[in-house]
Amino acid sequence: MAAVQTSGERALNKVAIVAVLLVTIIFLAPIYWIVATSFKPRNLATTIPPTVMFEPTISPFVKLFTKRSQLRSPPSAEEYAAAPWWERVVFDGGEKIVRDGKGQVQWSGYPSRFLNSLIIAITSTVLAVGMGTFTAYGFSRFKVKGEADLLFFILSTRMLPAVVVAIPMFLMYRAVGLNDTHLGLIILYTAFNLSFSVWLMKGFMDEIPKEYEEAALVDGYTRMEAFFKIVLPEAATGIAATAVFCFITAWNEYAFALIMTNRRAQTAPPFIPSQVGSGLPDWTVIASGTFLFLLPVAIFTFLLRNHLLRGMSFGAIRK
Amino acid sequence: MATTMITPLNTSSRAASRGLSDISIRNLFIIPTIVFLIVFNIFPLIYSLGYSFTDFRASTNAPANFVGLKNYRELLSDPYIWNNFAVTAKYVIVSVVGQVVVGFGTAMLLNRTIPLKGLITTLLLLPMMLSMAVVGLFWKLLYDPSWGVINYVLDLGKFQWLGDPKMALYAVAFTDIWMWSPFVMLLSLAGLSAVPKHLYEAAAIDRAGPFYTFFRITLPLVAPILMIAVIFRTMEAFKTFDLAYVLSTQPSTEVISIRLYKMAFQEWQTGRSCALAYIVLIMVLAITNIYVKYLNKVKER
Repeated sequence: MAAVQTSGERALNKVAIVAVLLVTIIFLAPIYWIVATSFKPRNLATTIPPTVMFEPTISPFVKLFTKRSQLRSPPSAEEYAAAPWWERVVFDGGEKIVRDGKGQVQWSGYPSRFLNSLIIAITSTVLAVGMGTFTAYGFSRFKVKGEADLLFFILSTRMLPAVVVAIPMFLMYRAVGLNDTHLGLIILYTAFNLSFSVWLMKGFMDEIPKEYEEAALVDGYTRMEAFFKIVLPEAATGIAATAVFCFITAWNEYAFALIMTNRRAQTAPPFIPSQVGSGLPDWTVIASGTFLFLLPVAIFTFLLRNHLLRGMSFGAIRK
Repeated sequence: MATTMITPLNTSSRAASRGLSDISIRNLFIIPTIVFLIVFNIFPLIYSLGYSFTDFRASTNAPANFVGLKNYRELLSDPYIWNNFAVTAKYVIVSVVGQVVVGFGTAMLLNRTIPLKGLITTLLLLPMMLSMAVVGLFWKLLYDPSWGVINYVLDLGKFQWLGDPKMALYAVAFTDIWMWSPFVMLLSLAGLSAVPKHLYEAAAIDRAGPFYTFFRITLPLVAPILMIAVIFRTMEAFKTFDLAYVLSTQPSTEVISIRLYKMAFQEWQTGRSCALAYIVLIMVLAITNIYVKYLNKVKER
């Protein structure tokens, strides 16, 4: 009886493994398709049946970064030979790169949006994690009147729907000239991430034994010195994990960026969909822009893998 | 503004000899955050509460006139708004149920010894970390009736996913299920791995069937964590904006956040939109309250 059961269990286990592989393939397929499309020539992006095997080309990335116009007639042999290799792949696709009077390549809107995303996400992360670490320590180590209510208040600000907050913020920013500025988005993302960083860091702070600082206090350290020299180094992993989470949230944010920016401080998330516009979009360019935009998040997800559960539950579930 | 409010607490002159007192450190560490959140989250909401009682339009220079509760009265008796709420409710149900089925199911499959389990789990979690607006946009290509991969793989011919008003909401919800099932899976896995092994051994000795074991042992023990996932996803689905806005222009996918966005930033009915924002806000805060209660419950275990 027992032997029959284990062989049955083993068979069940095999079925489960096959099912897991199937689920994994289905879940990763859309991401694979983004990556694959970002290396396809334009004419292979929308074919029936879908193109799976193809010779990868760099042209979507060249097109992503440059302004282009349709070629009316094929380039002359000299023109083609004089062009750098990355420009030839654009010629091959029936387009040419727009240059200014001095022959300088004209950039597309993408690089500046990507840079804006970096500036805004990094600055707001530093601010939110910095303030959050101090506040978490305060809540973790000292008696605070109405602590539970204050913590609920802090978390509830995170739960506010973006559009609800955006309406008054838009009016206030318009009054003080913060619409479409980096500072405007940095403030909003800092506020948004601050509550998260307080909750997550409080969990990490609670895990650092109080005895460490108490020993330091006995040794003649002031509370501040104990915080900076004993607690902060102990909390380094937690700070790093919190920072990565805050960065990803700010990096991915769409609604605030859509409402508060339109050009100068626009980030990548509202810019990438705006490329679709009217007519037939060039999906290879959208895919390459998407791929570059997702890459940092994918890398961070792997670095964060052991902290995902904790971050996603605001520090409530620790294992 | 923040600096002027903390200055009185900075008692550096008195504390020069032995550092700041614990109470001043506590205040110095906590108050700036509270002030920051009040200034940039609560103050704007008070500001918009004021506007919600007016006929203000941000696109004109006309001064705002006080209209009392007119905005709220009109909104709550507007069948179109109720329709937006109905669309939202349908979206929440489809997407959360889908995420629980797929996410919990995958967690049950993963809750055993599997080669490369860590890597597979991380790969499965990837979709939820990505930007909804950016990746969601790419699903437009996947759903395309002519050259979309989905129609080709499922052999659906020219099936209209986003073009058909009836189907569009489901199409958006499917993308949401793809992105957020991993979240339910992650929390379920934590719950499942915490079920003591000896309970299963005892059940096996008692010859308990798989259904009995699942409903009497697994589910009750995983329930608290699963509830956190369900409440959190319900709240997020209720607030949903990015995905539906990027993927579809159908009126049948106009969830409440999109209506609010259009009312505020396309029709410029600022006063009215502030009132609608408050109605949405109260609902979100109610769900948040339940969510935090469950969070604290799990924390105490």
